[in-house]
Amino acid sequence: MPPEPRRRRRPSPSWDLAVVGVLLVVLIVASTTVSGFASSRNIGFLLLDVMVIALIALPLTLVVVTGEIDLSVASTVGLTSAVMGSLWVSGLSLELIVVLCVVLGGVLGAVNGLLVTGFGLPSLAVTIGTLALFRGLAFVVLGDQAVADFPADWTGWAIGSLGDTGIPNAVLPLALLAVGFVVILHATPIGRGLYAMGNNTEAAVFAGIAVRRTKFWLFVATGAVAGLGGVFWTLRFASARADNANGLELLVVAAVLLGGVSIFGGRGSLFGVLAAVLLLGSLRNALQLVNVSSDALNVLTGLLLIISVVVPSLAARRRARRRPGGGAPPETNPVPTTAASTGGP
Amino acid sequence: MTATAVLGATLLLTSACGGTTRGDEAADSGDGPRTTGEANPDAEIPAGLTVTFLPKQLNNPYFGVADGGGEEAVAEFDGEFSEVGPSEASASSQVSYINTLTQQGVDVIATSANDPNAICGALNQAREGGASVVTFDSDTDPGCRDVFINQASAEGISSTQVDMLVEEIGESGQVAFLSATANATNQNLWIELMEERLAEEYPDIEVVATVYGDDEDEKSFQETQGLLQTHGDLDAIISPTTVGLAAAARYLSGSEFQGEVTLTGLGTPNQMRAFIEDGTVERFALWNPADLGYLAAYAGAALSAGQIVGAEGDTFTAGRLGEYTVGADGEIVLGDPTVFTSENIDEFDF
Repeated sequence: MPPEPRRRRRPSPSWDLAVVGVLLVVLIVASTTVSGFASSRNIGFLLLDVMVIALIALPLTLVVVTGEIDLSVASTVGLTSAVMGSLWVSGLSLELIVVLCVVLGGVLGAVNGLLVTGFGLPSLAVTIGTLALFRGLAFVVLGDQAVADFPADWTGWAIGSLGDTGIPNAVLPLALLAVGFVVILHATPIGRGLYAMGNNTEAAVFAGIAVRRTKFWLFVATGAVAGLGGVFWTLRFASARADNANGLELLVVAAVLLGGVSIFGGRGSLFGVLAAVLLLGSLRNALQLVNVSSDALNVLTGLLLIISVVVPSLAARRRARRRPGGGAPPETNPVPTTAASTGGP
Repeated sequence: MTATAVLGATLLLTSACGGTTRGDEAADSGDGPRTTGEANPDAEIPAGLTVTFLPKQLNNPYFGVADGGGEEAVAEFDGEFSEVGPSEASASSQVSYINTLTQQGVDVIATSANDPNAICGALNQAREGGASVVTFDSDTDPGCRDVFINQASAEGISSTQVDMLVEEIGESGQVAFLSATANATNQNLWIELMEERLAEEYPDIEVVATVYGDDEDEKSFQETQGLLQTHGDLDAIISPTTVGLAAAARYLSGSEFQGEVTLTGLGTPNQMRAFIEDGTVERFALWNPADLGYLAAYAGAALSAGQIVGAEGDTFTAGRLGEYTVGADGEIVLGDPTVFTSENIDEFDF
């Protein structure tokens, strides 16, 4: 592990705390001004809407922290959904199909992982390629057909809630996974290794971290979780389709970046990302309730994404300028405060 | 690795045990719309009814016109009209809008489904909350809505196209179909019905080919070119799809076949205006989307007021369009398509 650097001044207020703060403000304002926002039913709808985004954002956060990216996640959801539909038609049991779908997701992730770590290709290019490839395969598998006759108790579970609370059933498995990923990233040597890779890959290698192997398995995990997302998506909408979750990768990436994870790696926390997922979802939901058009909502998402990339980058540049003799460019070697300051659970 | 293991465990824990396979339970589709209570044809439409149109996507000219028709109707019965919707027409994108409408407690939701099943759960939640649900243009599973406004019956669409054909080429000649995709259910049904009627009533009209432009402009253009090269004696092309019709017209208008080979089918006035003006096409048809939206709004109001419950045989009056009867499976047919010619095309803008 790289030694803890000496700090010259207190770290600037962290971005992820700010996101949590903005989320609280939005929740309070929406609850008091938007009629129906705070009802348990609406909270349930809101959570269901962000479920798959939150799910995929978990492993993707780890990927981005290492300085990589996976843009193929939504296509993995679509391909998994298509495969789920055709396996269901072929008469396999749904329990087995669910397991196969997660395995399939893992295999798709392994393809990404192999291309990135085995061949040393940039993950941006690789996963733009597999984004198109997986989506194309989804259409090969299912065409423009839809498979919809999934059993009602499964699809009912996917949109159902725990008693009268309005909290969707699926929150429980999601929360379990979230705890798992939080522990891995923020409380284990593996997590510290991920930050180290994102900050300086060469240093990480010298420090004895198995960079390539770790990254490979991160891509596998991301694919597997996206596969699970495909299963949940299919059940929630009771419709297996090749075009399911089209474009979802942008929302997930937006949530990860807005959550304070640096696109250049090395920085960010899952708390910030989960808060950002809820922030984006709550804003959308509240604005929908007051009949703001979907085009305006897209503009807003885009603006938030740009802000979340530009502001931290400007801040980092200012910090670097203030530091006497700050030689290295800030983004490849930023002050590694985040890993340490948000390290504990 | 750890993550995958956690995932697997979660899955097994959360999935029901015992092996669920297809066909385990009786299919629950096809149980028809839920109809409860008695219709009261004399009930008044209450003032201030909130009616929301949820098209397949916003910024789509076709739905813009349809929703405009809905707005006109809602103004007539003193309701409150609004239009919401996703910016892209994907299977699941409508669901969060339906959830929002459920939360807002709107009285009538008029929607055109991107997927017959993806919005079912959300629509049924809305109905449990007291909303009346009308589908138009694209139906859901009948169990998820109260009534479906069908733009035209397959029979009406097919015979209108045959009528247009016969009016132009007479009772004999060679005709070819330029369709959308080979597995488009509605296109195939229309073509089948047209072939049946031609065989029965006009035995001297010969169908020489059916080609597929896949609803892509360029491919439809090339298929048209191919048809005319392969079949030297071709008298007419019928394209029962808007993309195909416009592409075929574009090819004909620049070729020596303009005015020689008849082209007709289903298209929108704005796409076809230029080809009507330059004489490439004399007539084509489509339902009037404004009337479709207008009827959907009135059907929603009739449901909300209790004039109809969606059962077969229920009747209601839809403003200027007159009286309608609910058919089997809660289906209401708008009527035969509108035929557009140089005489009337200027009255339409969509």
